[in-house]
Amino acid sequence: MKKTQNQKAWFMVLPVLILVAFSAIIPMMTVVNYSVQDTFGNNEFFWVGLEWFEEVLHSERIHDALWRQILFTVIILAIEIPLGIFMALHMPKKNGLWTSICLVVVALPLLIPWNVVGTIWQIFGRIDIGLLGYTLDQLGISYNYTQDTFDAWFTIIIMDVWHWTSLVLLLSYAGLRSIPDAYYQAAKIDQASRWSVFRYIELPKMKGVLIIAILLRFMDSFMIYTEPFVVTGGGPGNATTFLSIDLVKMAIGQFDLGPAAAFSLIYFLVILLVSWVFYTTMVNMDKENE
Amino acid sequence: MDLSWMGWTEPTAIFFASIAFAIIIMFIWSIKAPQSPRVGILKIETTPGDRLFISLLGSAFICLGWVFMFGSPIWWSLAVCGLFAAAVFKWV
Repeated sequence: MKKTQNQKAWFMVLPVLILVAFSAIIPMMTVVNYSVQDTFGNNEFFWVGLEWFEEVLHSERIHDALWRQILFTVIILAIEIPLGIFMALHMPKKNGLWTSICLVVVALPLLIPWNVVGTIWQIFGRIDIGLLGYTLDQLGISYNYTQDTFDAWFTIIIMDVWHWTSLVLLLSYAGLRSIPDAYYQAAKIDQASRWSVFRYIELPKMKGVLIIAILLRFMDSFMIYTEPFVVTGGGPGNATTFLSIDLVKMAIGQFDLGPAAAFSLIYFLVILLVSWVFYTTMVNMDKENE
Repeated sequence: MDLSWMGWTEPTAIFFASIAFAIIIMFIWSIKAPQSPRVGILKIETTPGDRLFISLLGSAFICLGWVFMFGSPIWWSLAVCGLFAAAVFKWV
């Protein structure tokens, strides 16, 4: 028989709840209030019901931004997760100076603020002064991220891979280091191939940290704003206008608070749903392992 | 208290009050009659609080789907949400 739960410990989290109320819940309530009203400034609001939700849900502009966002997230996950695992598998196995140096070097991009990463790549990709742009130009490869859609996507994806693969690497490496030697010794006795060791020992043992890595990368890439905004500003045209860039344009550029509020809520719900699915999978996997 | 800066309206106040009311009821219920987590049709362990969360999140998407397909008003979608929540509490 299972023990019943005592819920009184929830009182202990009351201070955090109050803090979260001021930093997240009250602002979100305001967004909900704005999403059903129209305003022309002066703090005067007019009730419009669900009109903004209808507009946003049928807006082609937002559908396009959503598809671009999904495509971006799928591409970077498809690159960063296997690449991070591959690099983690080739990191030094034993503790030592070389391991520390490798870890610090790969972790460096994670320490750079988003806007600085954007600026670095914006300059790096320029054909007049940037190393990447200039080199490609000298090699006779046509490259201009400000005018060509493919080049803009290429730059943003490479930038994200450079910035965030280290996170996947570090998490995978931590997962790999937690595997006891006995597993490898047993595999050696059984003359298991390198692929079998990866498939039946390393991958199952890394499953937990990989789900965390996928969750973190999904959430972050789905909400990406600063880096593409600094590099391309959403262009050329709307080619790299992702959801958050479009949202900011709508809310602050056009000052359409109502549609922007409805858009934010839908955006929030999608992220909440996916995060909940990942979180539940992770928690249930832990319970299965117990 | 001046809440005009938050742009409050009656429907949104009722919306948040209902969610707060549901959470308070669940809290009192969990103290009066503590329940063990159970595994339902989703094959995941859920507490009554989890089921409330699933019901609310699911209801949000049902309403959005309704608005997308039929537009407002959404009274019928609220009925669907009620059925959905009952199903979640019964089987999930």
